[in-house]
Amino acid sequence: MTTQNAAAPETAAPDMGGLTRRQIKRMKRFDNPWRNPKLIWGAALLLGIVALGLIGRMFWDTDMVFTGSGLPRQAPVGFENIRGQIGTWAHPLGTDVTGKDILALLIVGAPNSLYVGVLASLIGMSIGIFLGFSAGFIGGRTDDVIRVGSDVMITIPPLLILVVFQAAYGDISLTIMAILIACFVWQSPTRLIRAQVLSMRESGYVHMARLSGASTGHIMFREMLPNLVPYLFGSFIANVTTSIVTAVGLEVLGLGPQRVPTLGRVIYDAINSGALIQNLWWWWGIPTVLLAVMFIGLLMVNLGLDEVSNPRLRRL
Amino acid sequence: MGRIPASYLINRVTTLVLTVLIAATLIWIIPRLSGLDPASAALGRMAAGGGSVANADQILTQLRESFGLDQPLIVQYLLYIWNTVTLDFGLSTASFPTPVASMIANALPWTIGLMLVSLIITFIIGNLLGALMVWENTPRIWKVAIPSAMVFTSIPPILSGLLLMYVFSTQLRWFPLSGPYGLNVEPGWTLDFATSVLYHGFLPALSIVVVTFGFWALGMRGLMITVQGEDYTTLAKAKGLRPRYILYRYMIRNAILPQITAFALKIGMLVAGQVLVERIFAYPGMGKLLYDAILTQDYPVIQGVSFVIILMTAVAVFLVDLIYPFIDPRIRHGG
Repeated sequence: MTTQNAAAPETAAPDMGGLTRRQIKRMKRFDNPWRNPKLIWGAALLLGIVALGLIGRMFWDTDMVFTGSGLPRQAPVGFENIRGQIGTWAHPLGTDVTGKDILALLIVGAPNSLYVGVLASLIGMSIGIFLGFSAGFIGGRTDDVIRVGSDVMITIPPLLILVVFQAAYGDISLTIMAILIACFVWQSPTRLIRAQVLSMRESGYVHMARLSGASTGHIMFREMLPNLVPYLFGSFIANVTTSIVTAVGLEVLGLGPQRVPTLGRVIYDAINSGALIQNLWWWWGIPTVLLAVMFIGLLMVNLGLDEVSNPRLRRL
Repeated sequence: MGRIPASYLINRVTTLVLTVLIAATLIWIIPRLSGLDPASAALGRMAAGGGSVANADQILTQLRESFGLDQPLIVQYLLYIWNTVTLDFGLSTASFPTPVASMIANALPWTIGLMLVSLIITFIIGNLLGALMVWENTPRIWKVAIPSAMVFTSIPPILSGLLLMYVFSTQLRWFPLSGPYGLNVEPGWTLDFATSVLYHGFLPALSIVVVTFGFWALGMRGLMITVQGEDYTTLAKAKGLRPRYILYRYMIRNAILPQITAFALKIGMLVAGQVLVERIFAYPGMGKLLYDAILTQDYPVIQGVSFVIILMTAVAVFLVDLIYPFIDPRIRHGG
């Protein structure tokens, strides 16, 4: 319905009765799906966090993530702590009980969280693309194995296996954590791509390519893969969210990297030192809000991508 | 009954068994790959407690024997699988000699209770809001409010839990800070106890609900858009049925069914989220047990808790898959 309207707005006058003037104007405009407000806002939020990490490093002394960089329990600028000390610009977002500067922790910690999320998701996607294509395109026994494998792995919550892993191994690096998380985020892209490949396998252009003597690899990655790009992006962003949630979960349980500042680790320290009861809200609250902004940004990018790939969801 | 083809049933049962087996195997293999020796770890704890240990060599051999470490790996593995399947996880090392199984049995009702309550509330609220997003007669204010509320849904429950705890427990003091029930009530089947449990469970449940309803709402929105374009909806409108009647009887009833399968994809995340919520609210469920075990390096408990939670998830998914064809006759099993 809507696409017809967009193509011939003048002739479709009887259908336009229920639409407001704004909606009619929107239809007449050339519709570029990528110029989606949700996508743009979400991307802006994420870029803001990346910028905090990159630009912040240049202007702020990141060595202040270490214990004793300032007086303990300093409030942010404009607030005062229990002892009545007013926050100073030396530590604009305050300090924790050991005198670590909260701003420096955010500048170092926020990119670390994103790094784990993006790396884990990239690895997971690569595995997912490979397995999904193999299952959908080759079929038969390969398909059975991959399908059952992803069905099985999708029900295992990654957090619990990783808890077992980290409890046994102790300290690990950010990269190792990302690789471990990646072992649990390949299932949903695998399923998604398998389903799409199955439906595309019988389409005209794939038959055409096969008749022309194209190799399996060529058909899979040169002919079919480009059509999946919006889905892949959506799945990628969803996986980044899952990976960061898992990483933060581990950190909040006191696992994960012990020597690198991460947002989850800051929250863990805060909860363990009774920051909630001592009313040191800036200690746990600011990292929490920053993480929330990160997830909201990811969600909006994902919703925007959904609308790009599925015109039915687009609002007039 | 009897409509489920055998091939489908076999497929589902295989998945369930494989899930449990793989999870158990991972939990067994991982600590062994780390080269950690449970016997010397136990001895280390003794030494830390008593200053020094006499006859350390003998004790070590004895411990190895009692842990079954003197047997070949394959025997150890099979024994472990057998014990795990029969839910025997050995004894806790931190609170020796309590069996891990009894610790889990104490924690499990709290977790399942909290999870069921928050899941049911989220399912209802989420689907209703998702339907309202699409319904044409929704008041305008709702059409703006629901999508804005949606931004919270990407946040993990631990963050919402912290924020709610801060606002309602430490600032407004409307709700208790932690614990499953008040200190002044005796556990038992009394009204006092029940109210106390509900009162204490409210915030943990709420912090899960506010961040998970959006998942259902988004799914419902997509399904409702499809249903909205169906002929039977148009016919119902043409018949002049009341819009509210059409919404409940024609649209939601048809759109809600696939939502139930989405449950299978989401439950893993829900469980993990709840583990963390329990930890911050000091709720005596599996999450707190797991956290305490991590602090005290109590491996049998960590392994037991992880396994039981994975088992719960796998069984839940299995049941949903099994029940689904009965509630949605449109589904035909392809095996």
